[in-house]
Order: sequence, then structure tokens, then C-alpha cells
Amino acid sequence: MPLYHNEEQAMLRDSAAPFIADNAPVSHLRSLRDSGDATGFSRDLWKEFAEMGFAGILVGEDHGGMGLGHVEAGIVLEEIGRNLTPSPFLSTSVAAVSALKAAGGAQAAEWLPRIATGDAIVALAIDEKPRHGPEGSVLAATRAGNGFKLNGQKCFVLSGHVADMLLVLARTGGSAGDKDGLTLFAVPQGAAGLSADPRRLVDATLASHVRFDDVTVDADAVVGEVDAGWDAVKPLLAAARTGAAAEMVGVGQGAMDMTMDYLKQRKQFGRLIGEFQALQHRAAHLYSEMEIARASVLKAQQLLDEGDAGAELMVSVAKAKAGRATNLAVREGVQMHGGIGMTDEYDIGLYMKRDRALAEFMGDVHYHIDRVARLNGY
Amino acid sequence: MSENLDDFRAEVRAWLAANCPDEMRKPANEEGDICWGGRNWVFKNDAQRDWLHACAAKGYTVPDWPVAYGGAGLSAEQTKILRSEMARIGARAPLSSFGIWMLGPALLHFGTEEQKLHYLPPIARGEIRWCQGYSEPGSGSDLVSLQSYGEDKGDHWLVNGSKIWTSYADKADWIFALIRTDKANKYQGITFMLFDMESPGVSTKPILLISGNSPFCETFFDNVAVPKTQFIGEVNRGWDVAKYLLGHEREMISGGGAGGDMVSIGALYAQAIGKNAAGELDDPVLRAEMAAFDTDVFAFRAMGERFMDMWKTGRAHPASSNMMKYAGTELNKRRHELVMSGAGSAGLEWDSTESKGGSKPRGWLRTKANSIEGGTSEVMLNVIAKRILDLPGA
Repeated sequence: MPLYHNEEQAMLRDSAAPFIADNAPVSHLRSLRDSGDATGFSRDLWKEFAEMGFAGILVGEDHGGMGLGHVEAGIVLEEIGRNLTPSPFLSTSVAAVSALKAAGGAQAAEWLPRIATGDAIVALAIDEKPRHGPEGSVLAATRAGNGFKLNGQKCFVLSGHVADMLLVLARTGGSAGDKDGLTLFAVPQGAAGLSADPRRLVDATLASHVRFDDVTVDADAVVGEVDAGWDAVKPLLAAARTGAAAEMVGVGQGAMDMTMDYLKQRKQFGRLIGEFQALQHRAAHLYSEMEIARASVLKAQQLLDEGDAGAELMVSVAKAKAGRATNLAVREGVQMHGGIGMTDEYDIGLYMKRDRALAEFMGDVHYHIDRVARLNGY
Repeated sequence: MSENLDDFRAEVRAWLAANCPDEMRKPANEEGDICWGGRNWVFKNDAQRDWLHACAAKGYTVPDWPVAYGGAGLSAEQTKILRSEMARIGARAPLSSFGIWMLGPALLHFGTEEQKLHYLPPIARGEIRWCQGYSEPGSGSDLVSLQSYGEDKGDHWLVNGSKIWTSYADKADWIFALIRTDKANKYQGITFMLFDMESPGVSTKPILLISGNSPFCETFFDNVAVPKTQFIGEVNRGWDVAKYLLGHEREMISGGGAGGDMVSIGALYAQAIGKNAAGELDDPVLRAEMAAFDTDVFAFRAMGERFMDMWKTGRAHPASSNMMKYAGTELNKRRHELVMSGAGSAGLEWDSTESKGGSKPRGWLRTKANSIEGGTSEVMLNVIAKRILDLPGA
């Protein structure tokens, strides 16, 4: 498969790009933030996402979705990134759907159709510490009656306070650090003993610390198999990481485009600042890094869609490379804008904030560079 | 089609099994292992000679050139299969040649049919070794300021001047050179000439580099008569040929950076340096640097694949080869810095047998030229800024 978008994928971009730019430009993020919106995203917009087919883009046609792949999901994510659109798309339609599809069973049958119609959003309750480490989960799920009782806490649960369902990684065996003995549960919002404490993040989105105090679920709340939750979480992590990388490419491209425009407009010393070679070389280097990041993300998406064994390595390469390149794009963006780049009124700072949040999501640059070493046996 | 390609792969595999000597399936260890061909080439051994002759007879030194010019007339897919089958058995390139890499593409694009039939087959067979005369002492990055002058003498030009950084000029049979033929016209006053290095008035002087080797020469032209049939393209329009070739060269360099297998430098040096109880390379800071490098290499390999896919289908920005050249050469320099760190004091040995004649330090120093030759990194960045980012005044 050639490493560029085919005709159908280009058409998808041609419909996603104007739809998102028209309905959810950066001003949309600003209005949510400045009105103190308590949801963290627009439910009306999410219904429109569903009408466009985006909410169920990865959901199979048998469950009412479009049955497309990670390349296509990445096209939507890049536009979300470019417009800094607050959206449950990455958690719900990309990560959660990947776990539900891999696990199948009752939970997939219940939630996939509702995700595709935009009637359900899902939050990911994976991490328990500020730094990513899913294997470290210790939230306890103990057998109780016909089901399980959950006790413990999770953090960085995006949309955790408003999601219709939370995918919760819990320990049913083994100890912290083991991949065996983990079980993935689908816990509906409103379950007794479940409480979310939403906190505003640097990028104005809302992520919760979620407590589980004797939360009781039936046995069929298990997504996949008991003690083998890693089999369902692996595709979730791969999809979330690749998706975050795609969204970051959109953030980086948006920041870079804005900065290039500024270099062509701003005058100092009687010249456009874009004429100065000191800035030209940095801009050209940034372009090069962004192009390489884009290629690595597309490669990871294609390998995931092909079910290739090399996908795992490329996913971490993509998350790390997109993280580095986009971080460069937003830092250069603020610096090259000069004083105006430090103002809240100007958008470039919002790009820097979103990049930081996406960089932390499901493992930062350092986590994934370390993973590249581990996957290569050193 | 895929069935035909499977047949082709089987055919290639059988041909390689029968024709590629065992000796040619081992990695090249020293300079003499790389076959450059030419009038004065001395084969290191019979295997090197047999391998070249077998490939040349089959057209496999230039598989994608037409048969009439010494190639095998293979399609892009077939060429890819041949290369992958050669890589599979670790076969060395039968012939390394500036004629193949640089002059050939220029002749194929700009040459007359007569020129193609005259010059290309001896290149394909490794009979004539070419060198490139571009840079001059006063004209490096600012190549178009070159001064070597060919005075019109009716049926020939009388060429005077000098070139620098001519790779292996002392070993080459012919040169393709940029010579000024109109002093009043900077860009449209240069002709792309071809002439024999044995012509009276041509002399060369190797330049000793920091690597301790002398792959480059100064080349002097003292009243060299060049027949006015020996040029490519049009008189005074040699700059067009040069620009085309530079693009090709950058594409080639960048392709090289992206090529090879997915060898992880960290995995390589974990063996040499050792691992700790957790199975990690036993130097945490070096491990981190190597892992960051590996990440960049794997990402750049995807870039290389994307670039070639887009380039071949006309989707790539025409200036994107400059980006590939910039990123690929900077990456290669970083690789050799890490190789030196990984090798420790053993990597300092300059000429011992154990160090294979100092291959690591010499290789490391050689890579410093990667971001200078064929256009410096700074020139690449200028081109990206101007042609891709459309920045003002660049």
C-alpha cells in the first residue's frame, strides 16, 4: 500500500476538513472555555459528528458504523487537531471502539451501535498515577456474588464525569506491573459508589479523578476475558496512541501554518521577518520534522489496519516522533510570534496547550522512546 | 500481474543462486571490496570480476535502463524485487559508479540517441569510470559562480581552470564537468561537457581529508581541447542539466539514508556494551540517546518510503528531495557520533588490524561531509524556505 492517502481517503478529508473548520473552529473551543462549560465539549456537535458517520468510523457496518480503519480515523483526528476541537472522538470512537471490537461479546453488542449513533460516549479509566503506566494498575476487582466489586481510583479520565460508560482497567490477579491478572470492565455512569471529580486542564478540557467505592458490576460487564484484560487493552492503547499522534500532527500543522503566515506579514527593521535567515532555517527544519512525523503516523495507521506485527513498534515511533515534532511546532510558534504569541487573545498559545495535553495522553515522548528501546531488546 | 512478478522473483532467485559467488555475499570490509570498474580497475579477486561480468551480461548493473543501453529493461516493481532478492542473500552491488548514479540519468534525460548508445553501455559494463567536475575553489555552495572557461575555437573548446572535490578524479577515465562558455551570462553561460581524463592538459592532485583518506581531488585543466560534440543538452544551458542531476543526487542520497534494514543501533551496541539485570543497555544515558536516535531512524524510514511513493507518482513537491537530503544526512552524522560513543576507546584506533584499519573513526569523519557535498544543509534549508514554505526574500 503506498504511503499516501488514496482517493477515497482524500475524499474523506475533503468532507471532514470543511465540516470541522466550519462547525468547530478555534473560536468554538474559546466559547466553551470562556462560558465555563461544565461538559467539556458540545453535545450538539457530537450528534452532528454521528450524522456525518464519524462517531462510528471504526465501528463495523454490522453495528451501524462505517467500518473504516485507523487511516480514516486519523484523517478526522488531524482536522480535530488543526481546529483544537474539544471532542470525545479519540476516547470514544477510536480507543474504546478498538477495545470493544477486539473483545466482542455482550459489551460490544450493547455499546458499539450506541457509539455509532452518537448516543453514547465512553471514557478511558486506565491510569492511576500522573505518569502513564497501564500495567501498574492496582484498582481491585474482587469477586462478589454473580459479579465483581471495584475499589480504587483512576486519574486523567477525559470526559469521565459525563461519559455514559467508563472502560476501567482493574486488577483481578497478579500484582502491580504484571500484564496478566488485569481485567477490563465496562462500568455505566451512575453506578453506585462511582464518583468523578472533574478538573479543568491546561487546554481547557475536563479530566476526572474517578473513585470506585464498592462499585458492583455483573459478570457480563467484563470486556474480553477475566485476567486477560490486556488483550482488549492492547488494541485500545495502540489506537489511542496512534490517534493522539494523528491529532498532534494536526495541532502541529495548524501551529506551523499560522506561524508561516505570521512570518509573511510581520515587519520589523523595515522587512518581513520571514526574510531573516535565522527564522527561515528554523522554519525549514520544523517543516522537515513535521513531514517525517506525518509519514511515521501514516505508517503506524496502515500497519494497524493491516494487522501487521510491526505495528507495535511503529505506534510508539509515531507517538514519540509526532510528540517531538509538534512540540517543536508550538514552541517555535510562540517564539516566532514574539510578544503577541504570549497573549491569550492570540490562538498560538492554545495550540501549545493542546499539544501538552495530547503529549501526556497514553504515554509521553520519553515513555515511547523507552518503549522503542524495549521492543528492540535493549 | 502479481503472478508474473512471483515468476520473476523465482527466476531472479535462481539466477542469483547460480551466478552470485559466495565471496560476493559477504559484507564489504574495505575499499577494495567496492568495485568501481574502469580502464585501470584491478579486480580484488576472481569473484569480484565474475560477479560484475555476470551482472553486466544480464543487464543487472543498471536493471531499470533499457536493454539497448546495457540495462535489463525492468519495470519499477521488477527492479524492487531484484534489489530485495539481492539484499536477501546479502549480495554486494556488482558495480559502484558515478556513471550509473549521476551521468546516466542526465544522459537518459537530456542525451541524444547517438550519445546514449555511445556512452551508456560502457558505463553499464563498468568499462569507463566517470568523475564529476562541479565545485571550484571559489565556487562551493555558490556553484553558479564557477570560472573554468571553455574558449570557442571553432570545432573545439579550449578549456582552462580547475575543479575541486572531484571524487576519485585520479582514478577516473572520463569527467563530466560544468564549464563556462559565456562569461556575460551567469546561469545561461555554462555548458555540461564530457571529456577524457587522458586528454593533454588534464592533471589531478588528491586531497588528504580528516579521515586520512583521499577520495577527493583537485583537478586542473590547462589548455584542454574538448571537441564541440562532447556536451549534453544545449550549449550554455548546462545549468539545467546540473540542476536536474542535483535533484537526482539528493533523491539518491536521501533514498540511501532511508534504505537498509531496520537495524537498531541500540540493539547492536547492547551486545557490545552489555545489559543490566533488567535487560537494558548498561549505560542509561547512552541507551536513551540511542533509543531517541532509533525512533528518528524508524520515522525517517517511513518518510523515505512515503517520499519514494509520492515521487514516483508525481505527488511529491519538486523540492522535497532537499528536505530528504537535509534530514537523511543529518541523521547519518548522528548515527556515527553514536557509533563512536558505543565503540569507546576501541573506536579511536586508526590503523590496527583489529579496527579494520580504523574503519569506525574514518567512517565517522567521512560522514561530516554528508551535509556539505551535494549541497550543504544550510543550502537545503534555504531551498525549503523558498520553494516549499514560500518565505519572502529567500
